[in-house]
Amino acid sequence: MSTMNAQLPGVFYRRPSPEQAPFIEEGGTVEPGQLVALIEVMKTFNEVKADRSGIISKFLLGDGDEVEAGQGIVEVDEA
Amino acid sequence: MTGRSRILVANRGEIAVRIVRACHTAGHEAVAVYSDTDKNARWVRMADEALHIGGSPAAKSYLNTDAILEAAKYAEVDAVHPGYGFLSENAAFARAVTAAGFTFIGPPPEVIELMGDKASARSAATEAGVPVVPGSRPVTDTDDAVRVAEEIGYPILVKAAAGGGGRGIRPVRDATQLTEVFAGARAEAQSAFGDGTAYLERALPRARHVEVQLLADHHGNLVHLFERDCSVQRRRQKLLEEAPAPGLDERTRNELGEAAKRLGEHVGYRNAGTVEFLVDPDGRFYFIEMNTRVQVEHPITEAITGVDLVAEQLRIADGASLSLTQDSARHSGAAVELRINAEDPDNDFLPTPGEITSFEAPGGPGVRLDTALTRGEQISPFYDSLIAKLVCWGADRQQAYARARQALSEFRVEGVANTIPLHRELVDDGELTEGAVHTTWLEERS
Repeated sequence: MSTMNAQLPGVFYRRPSPEQAPFIEEGGTVEPGQLVALIEVMKTFNEVKADRSGIISKFLLGDGDEVEAGQGIVEVDEA
Repeated sequence: MTGRSRILVANRGEIAVRIVRACHTAGHEAVAVYSDTDKNARWVRMADEALHIGGSPAAKSYLNTDAILEAAKYAEVDAVHPGYGFLSENAAFARAVTAAGFTFIGPPPEVIELMGDKASARSAATEAGVPVVPGSRPVTDTDDAVRVAEEIGYPILVKAAAGGGGRGIRPVRDATQLTEVFAGARAEAQSAFGDGTAYLERALPRARHVEVQLLADHHGNLVHLFERDCSVQRRRQKLLEEAPAPGLDERTRNELGEAAKRLGEHVGYRNAGTVEFLVDPDGRFYFIEMNTRVQVEHPITEAITGVDLVAEQLRIADGASLSLTQDSARHSGAAVELRINAEDPDNDFLPTPGEITSFEAPGGPGVRLDTALTRGEQISPFYDSLIAKLVCWGADRQQAYARARQALSEFRVEGVANTIPLHRELVDDGELTEGAVHTTWLEERS
């Protein structure tokens, strides 16, 4: 189990827009480079991409939550 | 709202400071609102009363109509000034403010609604005899698109109807290229926006962005206060603005002003608003959109006309007549505004939130600095990246730019990367300061 941290502070989003499905659900498998979330910083949306492969075991933040740089955002069971 | 009023400032940052100043100057009381992170902000310190309205993300505070109305009721204000951005062009907000018994300092909700919709704004302009960019109805297949494009004339833009903010646009130079890309553009729009509807619009290469300031009161007086050139943009975001528009001949200037007034009169405009146009290299102009609020770059119009636009907004909302007429409106000299943003010009303009460790403001004749920040304050990641607006006026354009050069050499903002170094380059670039540039000039420059 490892934790991916936010590179930037801002507002955390798990989906591309409020009406759409999340990029990935808990239990889903990720590969390095895969889009898992967005962080809105000063009205620009920055992509959060997986830097490892594994299974998403838990998101530590909800849609629309504030996030600090360096804060844990998702736990991954590494393959 | 008569005599001494209480005005709620439903905004933050430099524009909140600007509005509090205007309230106090006119003898009104200002009530500020703030989010968690803005607790000790400058406009909060300046206001007569300040109320907390929610969490730091804008959706929980400055975009929260209920929280703002609750604050307005609690503070027993008379009127609400929406500033720019946030809820300023939200007709439902304007309606809710009015329904709760407060004066909304802006145009009527129906006008916000009409001008906020691309299609209805375009129709209103056409009805008012204001030229619009030649464009089409929605087109569905390639043959149809080619037929319609012939009527409009190349080069054209294929635009996703559901796109916005510069997204979902493809430039096309001729029928061959249109045939190649049309189906793909529709599919892309379908996947990006959930709607594959596309329409075509004439592309206007090397056009300038020129906008006209309007003021209208409730007694049938409507004036234009000349124009601003906002062609220095990146990704359709304005970075440097000038008034008057350089090199614009007096006839075109008058025609633009009159066109903006026709549109304002046609839609029953009230309060301050801005009509935006593209002007092609031959001086032909086309309506793009109307902003139904005070504009970020309003200070350059104030600098060349001597009219306090926010003071006029308060007067108009108060039921008073404009303090000027079209005949008494004059412009003198030239002004330039430089937007100092917390963005790194050397790193693709990536936003740079953080603490301001050093802040030395410029000064001198004709130099105005609108900002809510100072040393030791945090630039929050939750809002836009504007640190300060540096506005320099001169008796002519050369003097305005000379003062801008001096002011930029004095201005120190440390702790976060920002656009000051880029502005130092721009004010030394003769193409800009001695000529007239178009909307893609900056992006093509480097």
